[in-house]
Amino acid sequence: MTLLDFARGPALQGAAFIFVVGMVWRALGLLLLHRNTPLSRNRDNHLARHGFRTVLSRFIPAPVFERRVSFQYVAGWIWHLGFFVVLLFFKIHVMFFQGLLGFGWPTLPNGVVVAVAGITLGVLLWLLGRRIVNPVLRYISTFNDYSSLVVTMLPFITGFLAFAHYGFAYETMLALHILSISLLLVWFPFSKLIHVITLLPSRYILGVKFWRRGVQA
Amino acid sequence: MIRRQQTLGERLEERGISRRSFLKFCTTTASLLALPPAFAPRIAEALESQRRPSVIWLSFQECTGCSESILRAGSPSIESLIFEAISLDYHETLQAAAGHQAEAAREQAMAENMGKYLVVVDGSVPLGNPGFSTVAGQSNVETLKRVAKGAAAVICMGTCSAFGGIPYAKPNPTGAVPVSEIITDKPIVNVPGCPPIPAVMTSVIAHYITFGSLPELDDLGRPKVFYGQNIHDRCYRRPFYERGQFAQSFDDEGAKAGWCLYKLGCKGPTTYNACAVLKWNEGTSFPIEAGHGCLGCSEPNFWDKGSFYAPLSTATELGSGTVAAGVLAGAVLGAGAGYAGRKMQEKGKAGPFEAPPVADAGQKENS
Repeated sequence: MTLLDFARGPALQGAAFIFVVGMVWRALGLLLLHRNTPLSRNRDNHLARHGFRTVLSRFIPAPVFERRVSFQYVAGWIWHLGFFVVLLFFKIHVMFFQGLLGFGWPTLPNGVVVAVAGITLGVLLWLLGRRIVNPVLRYISTFNDYSSLVVTMLPFITGFLAFAHYGFAYETMLALHILSISLLLVWFPFSKLIHVITLLPSRYILGVKFWRRGVQA
Repeated sequence: MIRRQQTLGERLEERGISRRSFLKFCTTTASLLALPPAFAPRIAEALESQRRPSVIWLSFQECTGCSESILRAGSPSIESLIFEAISLDYHETLQAAAGHQAEAAREQAMAENMGKYLVVVDGSVPLGNPGFSTVAGQSNVETLKRVAKGAAAVICMGTCSAFGGIPYAKPNPTGAVPVSEIITDKPIVNVPGCPPIPAVMTSVIAHYITFGSLPELDDLGRPKVFYGQNIHDRCYRRPFYERGQFAQSFDDEGAKAGWCLYKLGCKGPTTYNACAVLKWNEGTSFPIEAGHGCLGCSEPNFWDKGSFYAPLSTATELGSGTVAAGVLAGAVLGAGAGYAGRKMQEKGKAGPFEAPPVADAGQKENS
């Protein structure tokens, strides 16, 4: 069995299994926990609406912190969007999903995807450098922060090399690319990357809690 | 059998092949082998003075496609003359002799050229029931061991003898193995392909005659000069890959415009062979040029690497079953984690919110 056979076969299968197990496990574990019963009267009668409002309002920086956190927000937006564009609109990736799901969707030209991937990787590298250089960020950073960043970057690096036929032979680079995705899948549910499923619900819960107490945030 | 006492030069002269044509062939061979042009006279000298080497061609579990391929080297091309000019002393399909006479011819060739003859093998060797493939009452594995014993080198012609090929594919009912699993004490060169390119085969023989050694091989025992680059790197459709222009089906506009066949399962990016450069049928075309993706036939286990029509970037084992099993296992673990979490919450809440007795509280306030 070659490295590519292993990557396309057992590695991807095992990683996807761990990913699904981990995501369902953690999501269900959180859902089943007891919720606090409010002991005081609600100060607002449209909590659900305000909960959703908080979900949306947190997508942009709060005006009071705008100058301090805008870079973080913009950088975050760019690389998250870039990640989804590359993942979902690169032709060869859609071929992969088509093989898995049985259907595909329109894609973007390779030139556009390569440019987006370049920008995304650049932003991720910048954020990693900033985390290392900035004393405050460095102080509060843990292994989880660094590892999640690196594990997210690896598929971009290997993907670039595979696409450009640079470095090792194509089959080796493609195998490394698939293995890096497998690593990301395995790492995903057990690291801070789990925020993909917790981010929006936790914003909603926070919004409801604030508004119930009369905090308009 | 061809008369063995003549040299190749004498034989070509007898057949009316001009020296100019012969030197042209030598230059081409030097070029094919990626040797400097200065090597052409050396090849010519070696070939001219060389007595035709005895070649014993053994056919085991095969389809004769490799023999068919080499016979179509393009008559009267110089490759076919070279092939004709070697002393092919045993080839079950081509030789005139049959039965005991054929076996006797092989024995004679082995005895007269002990330690010097070349053995060409096409087909894999079954290790299961000898009845799967037996010639003249002798199993393939016995024949191979016996004939290879006095050989100078073994050339595995085609993917079956080089890597096991189709007989070796799952579930391998005959217990087929490649030659290299049986013969370990002789130089072996693998010339895989289903079938291999004729010029590759003749060039390997020419190299052996010229230098007395086999060409430089890669980690799979293939001549680097022919198997050093993948088909994708030399494919004329490569620019379409770079631009992301893929044929979606074999009859769509993209296919008609000659776009990349990656999506239709082409294995060119992972297949090392010279098809895109040397091509087939005297340089007419090769599978990708004919509109079909590469099957990867010169790579080990090409038959078991998933569908020929699935892109290389697709998963081979991941499916809905894996996801369903994951969801089920995750649900069980999640339910357990949720239950344990609730218990911990209940236990934690019981402590801080347990109101102390009123009397105690009063004492505390007083103290």
